[in-house]
Amino acid sequence: MEMNKAGYFGEFGGQYVPETLMPALQELEEAYEKYKEERGFKEELDYYLKNYVGRPTPLYYAQKLTDHLGGAKIYLKREDLNHTGAHKINNSLGQALLAKRMGKKRIIAETGAGQHGVATATAAALLDLECEIFMGAEDVRRQSLNVFRMELLGAKVVKVESGTRTLKDATNEALRNWVTTVENSHYIIGSVVGPHPYPTMVRNFQSVIGQEAKEQITEIEGKLPDLLIACVGGGSNAMGLFHPFKDLQEVKMLGVEAAGSGIDTGKHAASLTAGSKGVLHGALSYLLQDSDGQILPAHSVSAGLDYPGVGPEHSCFKDTERAQYQAVTDKEALEAFKLLSRLEGIIPALESSHALAAACQVAPRLEKERVIVVCLSGRGDKDVAEVSELLRGEAI
Amino acid sequence: MNRIDAVFNDLRKSQGKAVIPYVTCGYPSLDFTKELISVLAEAGADLIEIGVPYSDPVADGPTIQKASARALTAGITLDKIFRLVEEIRGKCQVPLIMMTYYNPIYVTGVENFIKKAAAAGVDGLIIPDLPVEEAGHLSEVAERSGLRTIFLVAPTSTSERIEKIAGISRGFIYCVSVTGVTGARKEVSEGLEDFLKRIRLRTELPLAVGFGISSPETACRAAEYADGVIVGSALIQKIEENVAGEDYSKALQEAAAFIKELKGAVDSKSAPNDL
Repeated sequence: MEMNKAGYFGEFGGQYVPETLMPALQELEEAYEKYKEERGFKEELDYYLKNYVGRPTPLYYAQKLTDHLGGAKIYLKREDLNHTGAHKINNSLGQALLAKRMGKKRIIAETGAGQHGVATATAAALLDLECEIFMGAEDVRRQSLNVFRMELLGAKVVKVESGTRTLKDATNEALRNWVTTVENSHYIIGSVVGPHPYPTMVRNFQSVIGQEAKEQITEIEGKLPDLLIACVGGGSNAMGLFHPFKDLQEVKMLGVEAAGSGIDTGKHAASLTAGSKGVLHGALSYLLQDSDGQILPAHSVSAGLDYPGVGPEHSCFKDTERAQYQAVTDKEALEAFKLLSRLEGIIPALESSHALAAACQVAPRLEKERVIVVCLSGRGDKDVAEVSELLRGEAI
Repeated sequence: MNRIDAVFNDLRKSQGKAVIPYVTCGYPSLDFTKELISVLAEAGADLIEIGVPYSDPVADGPTIQKASARALTAGITLDKIFRLVEEIRGKCQVPLIMMTYYNPIYVTGVENFIKKAAAAGVDGLIIPDLPVEEAGHLSEVAERSGLRTIFLVAPTSTSERIEKIAGISRGFIYCVSVTGVTGARKEVSEGLEDFLKRIRLRTELPLAVGFGISSPETACRAAEYADGVIVGSALIQKIEENVAGEDYSKALQEAAAFIKELKGAVDSKSAPNDL
């Protein structure tokens, strides 16, 4: 039997989806391969990234944070300054433009924190596409403001009540909807997860983060960074930052997962740190599961990291040791959330706060001339209400 | 001979059509499933699909999702399912096909899973999220163990893909009658005849139609151009109604009556007719 190894990163990746979707994945792959190098497509995407999203985003030297930690210099890649407040728009816009060229009239998407949902609803509004967003009922509760945003943008938000009522189940429901509507709809997956070609395509749309950071740091510091740090749920902002540095072995990479209440409590979302290999949402990767292969619920204070799987290329990076992965707890992330707000006047998303928490641990151990780039993947406005609940009674 | 092949051979000779019920294993309990399989076999089920409950059933509609979730909450495991199959085999020779998502197989290990399934008396596997591209190794292992791997064809499948699927599928081909997830529907889709003809042109394998079969009428329509029909959600709905009232013997009776009714309906339509 001939094995089709397209879309694999080492042993990870693949296309584990119902037959109904296979022709659509092939169509998508062909369209993506055709348009990604096409001048008209690239120019249109670049136009919107510059004039609509506001790229390039700054690479900001966080001097006060650096001084406070007393070690390596910390630069923040300010994806939080993108239109819609996170890196998600880089991918949503790219895929929406592609969907339009494929003649699709309708787009669907899953969302956890709501950032990908908002970005996709935004791209849909801009490009006149019908849009439906699937969101877990628990996340609808945690992120009600983003629900309202999506509705304002003209999207229909479907509250998903099945399973753990979070991102995993929103993704299941989006896949089911796609199985039913595949002939006229394109599914904009929001991370470097899912069946081939999604992990590659989403990574490439997000690679603008790393490409810009590489140019910016070389210009400011005259050298490459020593370490890149980014949070990893599905892992799109991390892969977007990491990938352009992939072949530069002197640049180390650290992906930061959500340890939730602590790895040993079992209430976490650290698929790479504490998971095992399996198939979820169309790809083979590390995930949280029991010995029968039933997917276990993830837990994180951050809705965007609250996912029991991870992109297959991260699994490959882990096994080949191209990147290191660690996990930080809800508590550590909240401390970093407060610290950056107070020191730099930047309220980070809870997702990005995980990357910052790891930077706070690593930076003091490095010499002062070392350079760290942290991906500040999103802004924290969406989290302020949730954090105020969590910190109730605590001194800020 | 593999039990699946034997049943379709016999049906071909008698010009009969197969009725294939799907049961969610462990819903509402393991004992109930054991009883259910015997009564369905007695009622005329030609083959039976045993659904392995899964936490993330992306190809299933609400009925099977709910039944799966309930079975998992009640503590169903793969080992319990294999033991159940073994017990059933002690008294009944109806072909049993395990329908499972791929991850439980991957995590158990392909060789190990197939060894356990074959030892328990399973005759075939249906894996809704394993397309032919990813199935090479599993197909080989299954074939060596005498298990049939049944692949699905969808309305969206291209002719090229249908040929590939026909080449690798064993036992029969599962023809997904709608572009969608599992679930009872009032009518069969309009393009069903053309869809089945497209597949028939490319294979000698028996064709069984599933997704959306809900009544003697839809079963007849589907059976007209196929060798069998698969009924899942509609059967579970009938069970669900009685389980809600905790009347388990009525649930069994009605399930059996439903399968008997379907069997009678498709058999009466085996010869060319004016439906």
